[in-house]
Amino acid sequence: MTLAVEAIDLRRTFTSRSGTFRRTRKDVEAVKGVSFEIAPGELFGLLGPNGAGKTTTIKMLITLLIPTSGRANVLGHDVVHDVREVRRRIGYVFGGDRGLYERLSGLDNLRYFSELYGVPPREQKKRIGELLELVGLTGREGERVEGYSRGMRQRLHIARGLLHDPDVFFLDEPSIGIDPVGARELRATIAGLREQGKTVLLTTHYMFEADELCDRIAVIRSGEIVAEGTPAELKGLVSAGRVLEVETYGIGDEAVAARAQSAAYAPSWSRSAASCRCWSSRASPAPRSPSRCWRSWGRRVSVGSATATRRWRTPMSSW
Amino acid sequence: MTRLRQLVVCFWLQFKILLFSPFEGFSAVVFPLMFATAALLVYRVNGDPEAMLYAGIGAAAMGIWTSQTVSATTLVQRERRAGTLELVVAAPTPFSLVLLPITCAMATIGLYSVLATILWDWWLFDIALHIENWPVFVLSILMATVTIALFGFLLSVSAVRYRTSWALGAALEYPGWLLCGFVVPLDLLPDVLRPISRALAPTWAVEGMRAAAAGKSARGDLAICGAVGPAYAALAGWLGVRLINAARRDATPALS
Ligand SMILES: Nc1ncnc2c1ncn2[C@@H]1O[C@H](COP(=O)(O)OP(=O)(O)OP(=O)(O)O)[C@@H](O)[C@H]1O
Ligand SMILES: [Mg+2]
Repeated sequence: MTLAVEAIDLRRTFTSRSGTFRRTRKDVEAVKGVSFEIAPGELFGLLGPNGAGKTTTIKMLITLLIPTSGRANVLGHDVVHDVREVRRRIGYVFGGDRGLYERLSGLDNLRYFSELYGVPPREQKKRIGELLELVGLTGREGERVEGYSRGMRQRLHIARGLLHDPDVFFLDEPSIGIDPVGARELRATIAGLREQGKTVLLTTHYMFEADELCDRIAVIRSGEIVAEGTPAELKGLVSAGRVLEVETYGIGDEAVAARAQSAAYAPSWSRSAASCRCWSSRASPAPRSPSRCWRSWGRRVSVGSATATRRWRTPMSSW
Repeated sequence: MTRLRQLVVCFWLQFKILLFSPFEGFSAVVFPLMFATAALLVYRVNGDPEAMLYAGIGAAAMGIWTSQTVSATTLVQRERRAGTLELVVAAPTPFSLVLLPITCAMATIGLYSVLATILWDWWLFDIALHIENWPVFVLSILMATVTIALFGFLLSVSAVRYRTSWALGAALEYPGWLLCGFVVPLDLLPDVLRPISRALAPTWAVEGMRAAAAGKSARGDLAICGAVGPAYAALAGWLGVRLINAARRDATPALS
């Protein structure tokens, strides 16, 4: 059986430039070795905070970005070499209200993309009618998109992504900017897709959304998958241990790593099964004011970290 | 067959987008006429009817050039801004076939401006076009329109990789009037600029229009124009593939 999606050690580095006169280049590792497999018909979730690398991962899978290293296959086709084959079989929808021709009606938008996706002329009309029905836009399709609300645009997007009846559907934060009722309907639509036997890869910021919809979830953070499993398994992991986050100042990574493995800390290390991390921030060697510290810690409260989170700061001298 | 249908439907929908705004429509209608008026008023001082015909034909071509270089060079940038660039790139249809109907839609608008300018010339300045060879004249108008659109298309493709490259199109608007010899004879240009003029397909199309009007053979001019125009298209198609691959590799700027 060919897997619907297979990612093998995917990596992607971006080079960002800053400065106006003295340009400096910096490499950002957005995705650092992500591997996962999605079976046909499965609804797979990528859950993670802003900047975790979800969109970058999806864009590599839908052939919009070439991986820096690693491989990925969609329905057995390589995303770098079999571009045409992959594109024909996948649908892609992102959240937000861009990606539509404002000056055209909803119907014309769908007609345009039907042509680009090579939907046979004979089937177009029927297909568009069905999809408008599915996303609840029947009756509004003649209006220009510029007059659509955000939710309507989002639904039109979904219809657009499904025009060519793709086998694998990529949804990047589809519930962004949609009210709770709309989001619930959207989730129902997505669940319906799975019932039709489609494979879906969904990214989201919301644990509950992933929990409700997905067969399996991978939690991604800073470009790495930190946990993977069914929603039940993940919840089990989270309540199993504590998350210890130690922030250090003014010592090297090696020393931190050595400490992390030292026996003295072992009990607390092993107890925090899901994610126990230690890092040094050499960028700010001087102790920062408590409030700033707190804020920077607050940011590290990541998706998937525990209900019982404890964090403390170990003074340098105790190391 | 399916491809043809695709081109036609996409052309029609893109044409709808272009026709949509009354403000833009207004400038597309009025700008070419204003430029033509200015040029003809200058030429009228001489009181030479032949010069008036020269300027009248040039002004018509100038209208297409003006209404199209800028809008065609912003084409890709417009898609990027709407967020549709990555969607059309991710579609199985080759990128150049996505852009081609858009270019044709722009050319159609350009064609309008030629006709409007010719009528305007006739109505306001009494320049009755004494065209010796109508079919060739019409053919050269069509070629001028299409090649100008293709030239814009070529410039536009570079915006896949360079976000602000459309500025080049805007900057070319006025030099183009001179370089293509719309209202000033090419002989007046310094020699160094000649090769540039010759590489611009509209130069040949306008020469063709003038030759057809004068009853001379336009075959040579149109043949060159017919070779240069498709060369733009081929170059743009090739460049499009290269630049999209560069964008997929470097992501600067991202397609979204
Ligand atoms: N074209 C680009 N050029 C430079 N850096 C980029 C580019 N695209 C993404 N990045 C960087 O890659 C990292 C991951 O971004 P990505 O968009 O994949 O995150 P995300 O998980 O989708 O976040 P969000 O939830 O905010 O959408 C970020 O640090 C981002 O700044
Ligand atoms: Mg994202």
